[in-house]
Amino acid sequence: MHDEAVAHEFQYASASHQADTAVAGMWLFLATEVVFFGALFLSWIFARHFNQAGFDAGAERSELEIGTINTVILITGSLVYSLGVVLIEKGKTRAFIMCAAAAWLLGLAFMILKFAIEWRHDLDRHMFPGADFGITGDLAGGAKLFWSFYFFGTFVHGVHLAVGLGLVAWVILRVWQGAFSAAYLAPVLVVGLYWTFVDIVWLILYPLIYLIGRAT
Amino acid sequence: MKFWLAQASTSAPESDYLMLALVLASIAILILVFGLMLIYAFKYRATNRMDRGQIMKKTWRLEIAWTIATMAVFFGLFVWGADLYVRLFRPPAGALQIYVVGKQWMWKIQHEGGQREINSLHVPVGRKIQLLLTSEDVIHDFAVPAFRIKHDVLPGRYESLWFEATMPGTYHLFCNQLCGTGHSRMVGEVVVMSGADYENWLAANGAAGTLAEQGKILFMRNGCSGCHGSNGAGGNQSNSTVPAPPLAGLYGSPVTLVDGQVVIADDGYIHDCILTPEKRRVASYPPIMPSFSGILSEDDVLKLVAYIKSLAPEKQL
Amino acid sequence: MSVAEIEAPATAESYLEDGYTLRSWLLTTDHKRIAILYMLTITIFFFIGGIAISFVRYNLLEPQGMIRSAETYNRLFSMHGVVMVWFFLVPAVPVTLGNFLLPLMIGARDLAFPRINLLSWYLFVIAGCVLLVALYAGGVDTGWTFYTPLSSLYSKGHVALAAVAVIITGFSSIATGLNFIVSIHRLRAPGMTWYKMPVFLWSLYSTSVIMVLATPVLAMTLLLLTFERIFHVGMFDPTIGGDPLLFQHLFWFYSHPAVYIMILPGMGVVSEIIPAFSSKQLFGYKFVAWCSVAIAVISFLVWGHHMFVTGQSVYSALVFSILSFAVAVPSAIKIFNWLGTMHKGYIRFDSPMLYALGFIGLFTMGGLTGLYVATLAADVHLHDTYFVVAHFHYVMVGGMVSAYFAGLHFWWPKITGRMYPEMWGRAAALIIFVGFNLTFFPQYIVGYLGMPRRYHTYPPEFQVWNVLSSAGAAVLAVGYLLPLLYLTWSLLKGKQASTNPWHATGLEWQTPSPPPTENFETTPTVTEPPYNYLPAEALDRHA
Repeated sequence: MHDEAVAHEFQYASASHQADTAVAGMWLFLATEVVFFGALFLSWIFARHFNQAGFDAGAERSELEIGTINTVILITGSLVYSLGVVLIEKGKTRAFIMCAAAAWLLGLAFMILKFAIEWRHDLDRHMFPGADFGITGDLAGGAKLFWSFYFFGTFVHGVHLAVGLGLVAWVILRVWQGAFSAAYLAPVLVVGLYWTFVDIVWLILYPLIYLIGRAT
Repeated sequence: MKFWLAQASTSAPESDYLMLALVLASIAILILVFGLMLIYAFKYRATNRMDRGQIMKKTWRLEIAWTIATMAVFFGLFVWGADLYVRLFRPPAGALQIYVVGKQWMWKIQHEGGQREINSLHVPVGRKIQLLLTSEDVIHDFAVPAFRIKHDVLPGRYESLWFEATMPGTYHLFCNQLCGTGHSRMVGEVVVMSGADYENWLAANGAAGTLAEQGKILFMRNGCSGCHGSNGAGGNQSNSTVPAPPLAGLYGSPVTLVDGQVVIADDGYIHDCILTPEKRRVASYPPIMPSFSGILSEDDVLKLVAYIKSLAPEKQL
Repeated sequence: MSVAEIEAPATAESYLEDGYTLRSWLLTTDHKRIAILYMLTITIFFFIGGIAISFVRYNLLEPQGMIRSAETYNRLFSMHGVVMVWFFLVPAVPVTLGNFLLPLMIGARDLAFPRINLLSWYLFVIAGCVLLVALYAGGVDTGWTFYTPLSSLYSKGHVALAAVAVIITGFSSIATGLNFIVSIHRLRAPGMTWYKMPVFLWSLYSTSVIMVLATPVLAMTLLLLTFERIFHVGMFDPTIGGDPLLFQHLFWFYSHPAVYIMILPGMGVVSEIIPAFSSKQLFGYKFVAWCSVAIAVISFLVWGHHMFVTGQSVYSALVFSILSFAVAVPSAIKIFNWLGTMHKGYIRFDSPMLYALGFIGLFTMGGLTGLYVATLAADVHLHDTYFVVAHFHYVMVGGMVSAYFAGLHFWWPKITGRMYPEMWGRAAALIIFVGFNLTFFPQYIVGYLGMPRRYHTYPPEFQVWNVLSSAGAAVLAVGYLLPLLYLTWSLLKGKQASTNPWHATGLEWQTPSPPPTENFETTPTVTEPPYNYLPAEALDRHA
């Protein structure tokens, strides 16, 4: 902590009291997110259990390569942001900005691969479960369910990632302006927690979409 | 003003005894709570300056006492209610089966003899009746207050509900699950008749063959017999181009599925095999049974199920 | 509980005087001002929901229905349900009284995250606007429960809009719950241990746990529903292998605990008022406090009791039935403890106490009839009849709205610095109690006789009960309008309130009425146990 008293809101005893509380609040928020996505994953697994053949027929058409590259991209993004946090704790503000910017670019790369390329491929192949759905026959029903979950799940995850991109950009800006530094790290930590959480969601989506169907 | 509801089924008096027990328990508790509240409110009003004496400091004995008393009463009620419920939802053997299809906003009822009716259900008194319920669209709920029974009617599955009427008469039939605009018009009547009247009614409303006979026609017309054999004898090289499981004697027997699970072939299973065959495929046959979803209506499926049920197992030599 | 040292900050200006511009209200982060904003908003929704149900009761005067169109009727009761549940009952006590009092009661200057608190109000307002758009466009006709596949594939109403409104208000609710939990953990004044907290805080804490852990499931469920509704393909569609019952499981996983979101804060309010007006310690403090937690925990495990007749397995029905009985035990314990508090007290009958006694009476009746529908075989007969309607109105309206009014009258002097007219308060409490019973008691009977819920038309033999109920509703409407009038009047003409008009304990009564923006001049230090009422003092006051 710096010598000069750092500003804090009047309900807190000190700046560190406020910072610790902010981190605690983010953990609790992430708990709500776990329940939020938990309901999705539960529905997904439940539906697959009763329509396994159809789900697997649907999953075979997913783009394993893009999915795998995207997984690597996201994990790397988390890693470099976390590295940045270690660096800014040691006062290396510029290094943090480099790391956070790299994480931001990786996040953007994920979005482009996922939505501009993969979704486009999927739509071109009539994988959207609408009237001209590309899978016909007995297994069409289950495959439709799979692709419904696919588009829904990746969309909701994408929205979370978009929020994450906004937050990381904001952190970079404020660090650049000198508002956040080793003396006042709470927002940097809080955004980092969220950023990593979004990756963890993807680490569950990835096997659900690309792997389980191919394994059987 | 009507306070009491006709008891027209064997379970109705039982349900009412349970209800009465609940009412008596509630009245006792209400008298206790309201009584204490009023007595304390009067006796300990602030303007009454009588000596209150010692105020209780240790409370946990009382707390444990009323916690245990509450739990004991609750547990008794639970057991009573559960016992009747379990019997209500265990279909009896040898019941007369009647098929009910709900759709926005009417009840379509088919008897085993092929008789059809809409928004009314004729049943004989003193016989166990099992209803097989399904829906063509949204969730409905088949409720007969005079029998104290109800059950949801779900699209894509068969639910079962049974009763034994004890009193001839006409009773309300309601849809109790909000099913859209015409929900309150999805009502009808249950007509309970003496056995003889019921036979007369069946005869007067005789249809083109029994449900199973109608099912047989559909069985031929939709090509089921092409693979499963003309009497559901099963397909093999001698009588059919493809191997298909025999259907005679299927009903009520255990079936091993591709994933190793063993299920009993009930109405719901046969229904699913026709409409969504890929979901629970039988083992040791190639997966070639097509889905008839969208081709056959729920009414048709009912007839096919009735036909398959009517097929006796092959005679053992 | 008293405070070691608080000088009366006579010079500090109250939170109401801290800026008079619209901006100073709309951009405030003061929990007390946000509470006022919320209070105004939920009052509007209370009356919107009330108007909708007035038409419903009017329609039911005649068996063939006074309103021509069944579709209109369905939209009216659906709107009543959606508005009253998510835009009045769920927020009611937590966001108004809870928001105002939580920091005061723990001796803090504000909640942990004041801007998130303001954000939650804005989310609520946005959600309300979306809902009003849905209403204006024609409303929904699925009931507040949005059962699939009616809602997803068959309804002609604006299901997606209404669902989005509920999702947004859900996030508002999550924000509030999160703020409360973190504040209670992190901002308690020195000496304010868990067992020194008023029971109201225990109940708010339990409520917040439910808000935070159950609401996200509702949000996801309704998002799935919205997806299916918009693209006409989806997870609950039985024709492609989806399961409409999955929706019900997920929906009730939120919505049953939500029932406790609606009643726990009310129990907390009553636990403050009964000791205050009996001038006596709360009987069995630790039991009452932990009962709130127990209710919150068990409430997550009882959702299946809404589905006893859907064809779920008999085993799960048995488990859900016994757990539903289990969740009623802590409520019963609370009622006995409130009665124990009155025993040998010095009871005064000011309006808050009358409302609180009304709460105990109506909640007991609601709770007892809850046993009927938890009893498996009885539920088979009563499910989806007017019996159920009466049951949950006794709990949620008889219980929660009475408790809300009790708390509103109790803390009105603290919130506004004015006293309300006592005689009017008592009159309204009585009218509400009588009107309520007249409205809903006949529904128990007509429900037992078999009248289904949500019926636009009904067999003529049920008419007597429906007319009685509608007549009661008219009385009840008067009862609800009265407080609106005299409380508004008191803002202008009411007597100035003193710091502690009820001679109550608790930190909020040690700071001026209305409190200054920073709540306390110096952070209080708590040394005494809660509800430290001294009967001797009470005697002196009345000597």
